[in-house]
Amino acid sequence: MKSIINDIKTRFEISDIVKQRDNFNFLTCKKEQTVSLITHLKNIEGFSHFVLLTAVDWIEEGKFQLTYILNNPDKKIDIGIRTFIERETATMDSAHHLWEHVATYQRELKEMFGIDFPGSPRVDESFILEGWDDIPPYRRDFDTKKYSEETFFPREGRTTNDPTEYMKKKLYPDEEK
Amino acid sequence: MKKNNNNIFNWQADRSKYPELDKNGKPIVDLASHKYTKIWQGPNHPGVTGNMSLELTLSGDEIVDAKTHVGYLHRGFEKLMERRIYFKGLATSIRMCVPEADSNEYVYSSCVEDLANIEVPEMALWLRTLALEMARLQVLLRTVPGQASTLSLGLGGQWGMYIRDLILDRFEELTGGRVYHMFIIPGGVRGLLPDGFKKRMEENLKEVDEFVEKIEDLIYSNSIFKKRTVGVGVIDPSWVSKYGIVGPNARAAGFKRDVRKDYPYLKYNELDFEVFTATDSDIYTRNQIRKQDLITTVDLIRQILAKMPDKGELRAKTPNVLHWEIEKGETYQRSESSRGEYGMYMVSDGSKYPRRINLRGPSYTHAVSLLEKMLINANIADVHSIMVSLQTCPPEIER
Repeated sequence: MKSIINDIKTRFEISDIVKQRDNFNFLTCKKEQTVSLITHLKNIEGFSHFVLLTAVDWIEEGKFQLTYILNNPDKKIDIGIRTFIERETATMDSAHHLWEHVATYQRELKEMFGIDFPGSPRVDESFILEGWDDIPPYRRDFDTKKYSEETFFPREGRTTNDPTEYMKKKLYPDEEK
Repeated sequence: MKKNNNNIFNWQADRSKYPELDKNGKPIVDLASHKYTKIWQGPNHPGVTGNMSLELTLSGDEIVDAKTHVGYLHRGFEKLMERRIYFKGLATSIRMCVPEADSNEYVYSSCVEDLANIEVPEMALWLRTLALEMARLQVLLRTVPGQASTLSLGLGGQWGMYIRDLILDRFEELTGGRVYHMFIIPGGVRGLLPDGFKKRMEENLKEVDEFVEKIEDLIYSNSIFKKRTVGVGVIDPSWVSKYGIVGPNARAAGFKRDVRKDYPYLKYNELDFEVFTATDSDIYTRNQIRKQDLITTVDLIRQILAKMPDKGELRAKTPNVLHWEIEKGETYQRSESSRGEYGMYMVSDGSKYPRRINLRGPSYTHAVSLLEKMLINANIADVHSIMVSLQTCPPEIER
């Protein structure tokens, strides 16, 4: 693992290397070099299993963190690659040409976080949400409670009660006054 | 269409005329030509596994294009967990795959423990291993004979459900719940084995042994089952990396991959078991691999019950769970569910709430990109058995 990290250090601009476990490292790569790094790890270092791609919304810093986790099934090691993109523009190079299922992850990220991956197959088709017209729901500034209250008809039995007061009223109705 | 040897199971479609393929190899489908039919299988259909649907384009009985549609079950769990304290998030996490909720409990708890540097006591590790294997057993008791039910051989499936119910009785005894257990919690587990549990479990395991013996004749020697599953729904070994295939689906294609062996966790490195592989990679072989997993699981439960201590500490000391703040960090934890690698990525930001949780379930790839690929050229009658053979679980796709 150490030799792989040392090797990619010489080829790519990587930083914030964190050894999570003996066989698992996280590192940060520049946005422009990320897909090249992933390609290098897949083709040269044997990281043939693409585990996941997801995003973290660091709204305070105006950034999205994209995390790619790759696995080398022969050496039984993993690498987590972080890359940061601007929240405002939210565009990233597509990696769908490397593994077929990457396109699904990218399609979900477009829908849920509004991160675009130009050229990725069916990236603009809705995946989980249909007819969604609000901001992408997994962004931190999307308020699920407010959305539910505005969108859905309030149903009976959904009132919130203070348990002490509620039980008091129910068990000792006469004592209330 | 042409038929070979007048045998309906051997016919092959004449693809020389249509559909025409574009330069990317995609079929050009003109519905107005009346050569094609578009049908939806699901979301409420006995021939799909759970709440998802397939948009199928057919030429006769043969599928020329398939698209998976999900979203019928989206409850935004990952988002909801960002608004719940770490301890409360556990109750949400288990709902991300209903049939095997214990894998969720384990990966969630193990992420929290890794981020908070908590060491789980020995006794809890054994009990966790037991709970995970019991979960695998009850799922396989449904899935293995359930494959025959997709071909209308319902007896095996119903028999399996009865035996599964006995395992759920043991779960109820151990955890208080039948489907959702919340037995594995951040820091450890909730309780010890009840008195007489080992004896009752052994009685149930004997029934499982007998069941496994009998399904050999009932299912695997059945000529219809063989006709409909041998050579059908084949996964090309070259697809395993390309589509991120894991678990029994990868093992049936010749790849010896099992998280329990490759990245030993809990007490698996102290247990003696083999990872079985095969090469035919069709529905029949995948089912055989799962049957072998079932036998292995029964053996593992016996080993765990024999090796585990009777008493011990159940839970590591954690801060007050209502005010538990975990310093900034990130982790990925995986386990081997009955469907394959089941992982969770968790990011903490120093507050009481996780910043981000992402689940990596096997169905995310198996039921979307892989299934869409496998259904091309398949017969409409085989769709259900192909889906079941991939053991898809829609809730883990849309979390």
